[in-house]
Amino acid sequence: MLLEKALAGEELAISRLLTKIEYFTPEGLESLQELIKRSGRAHVIGITGSPGAGKSTLISGLISEYAKRGHKVGVILIDPSSPFSMGSFMGNRIRMVGKDLQQNVFIRSIASRGNLGGISAEALMLIEALDGLGFDRIIVETVGAGQTDTDVVNAVHTVTVVSVPGTGDEIQALKAGIMEIGDIYVINKADKPEAEMLYEAIKFALDSAEINFRDGWMPKIVKTIAIKNVGIKELVDVFEEHLNFIKSKGLFDKRIKDRRVKMIELLLRKKVEDAIYKVIKENFNYISQEINEKHNLLNLINEMYNNIKSSL
Amino acid sequence: MSQKRIKVLVSKLGLDGHDRGAKVVARALKDAGMEVVYTGLRQTPEQIVKTAIQEDVDVIGVSILSGAHLELIPLLIKEMKEKGLNDVVLVVGGVIPPQDVPKLKELGVDEVFLPGSSLKEITEKITRAVEAKRGIKIAS
Repeated sequence: MLLEKALAGEELAISRLLTKIEYFTPEGLESLQELIKRSGRAHVIGITGSPGAGKSTLISGLISEYAKRGHKVGVILIDPSSPFSMGSFMGNRIRMVGKDLQQNVFIRSIASRGNLGGISAEALMLIEALDGLGFDRIIVETVGAGQTDTDVVNAVHTVTVVSVPGTGDEIQALKAGIMEIGDIYVINKADKPEAEMLYEAIKFALDSAEINFRDGWMPKIVKTIAIKNVGIKELVDVFEEHLNFIKSKGLFDKRIKDRRVKMIELLLRKKVEDAIYKVIKENFNYISQEINEKHNLLNLINEMYNNIKSSL
Repeated sequence: MSQKRIKVLVSKLGLDGHDRGAKVVARALKDAGMEVVYTGLRQTPEQIVKTAIQEDVDVIGVSILSGAHLELIPLLIKEMKEKGLNDVVLVVGGVIPPQDVPKLKELGVDEVFLPGSSLKEITEKITRAVEAKRGIKIAS
């Protein structure tokens, strides 16, 4: 019922369906299965980078540029959930006020809800849903990412890493993790004096690499000043170039397969993590007592491992 | 798998540059376990309702310190009704004279929070209003 209305483009129905999907209700999951049959057409773009790098402001510009080019744009914004209350303060949308009033733009915030790695199982389900509903450009903003938040790489077609001047030197650019996953590196706030240094640092890191870049694509560096809308058009041009590249190499569908497997992986991880937390919580006193008194860590770990297995 | 959390839109309606109160309340709702979408200053009724639709929020929380609540809230309620948000809780907070509270409630505002409202009172009343209007049970 909701699905039919959503497929007809009714915005409130789309929105309520997404809620049912993100909370794994029977209607939500049934609809998602239907939508996955229709999905697999959208170009999915991930935007990652540290908090305050300008990801949301950049996306605000991207929405307008894509809308201008006639695309139907879906946007998923992930912000962290509190480890204490599980509540969330989601402020990404403040950077894109009014953008949702444009035709064919749908923006949705979602809390990370205990998912680590920058992206979440729920977000991947929403990608499938928006894709199935006919959005042909889908932008996903990860939580403000740290060095190891690299799950996005198997979840999207095009990984965009946003950096800002003044946050590190060449050494940071050479490190493992987030600085090696980008298909496109954006230097935002490029009007800052250290922008050229950052450009050289990232360029050195890319040029000095002997590894084959992901599927033979030489990562591009794009400078933007998102708040002034500078470099946005050029960035979308690079996205389109990357899209054409992966299509020409037959990789478009492969990445959709990766994304769907990742979705299942994250859902399984969530299930197992829930079991771990449950066992830890129930046995907190026992565990600390055992460590202090018996000193047999291996036995203790095996015992808890068995508890976790039986509670799955 | 996850348990339903209350999702709230916190927004400033109209021409009014004071957002400290809205931020404090948004933060308190986060600390009470709610998922808060914060859209900040100078929003039109149209913008607020559009965001509320796309985010599928359970609650719209509007902060007004400009004194224009009796002009702006009817416009917001009209827009909510037109777009089918009949089951979304509407709460208003800010500098509102006590004699205007009955008028706002008559218009369809579910709760009004005046200066001096405690954060505990705000989170509790919002939770109860969501349970009543959205038909979901929120575990504490």
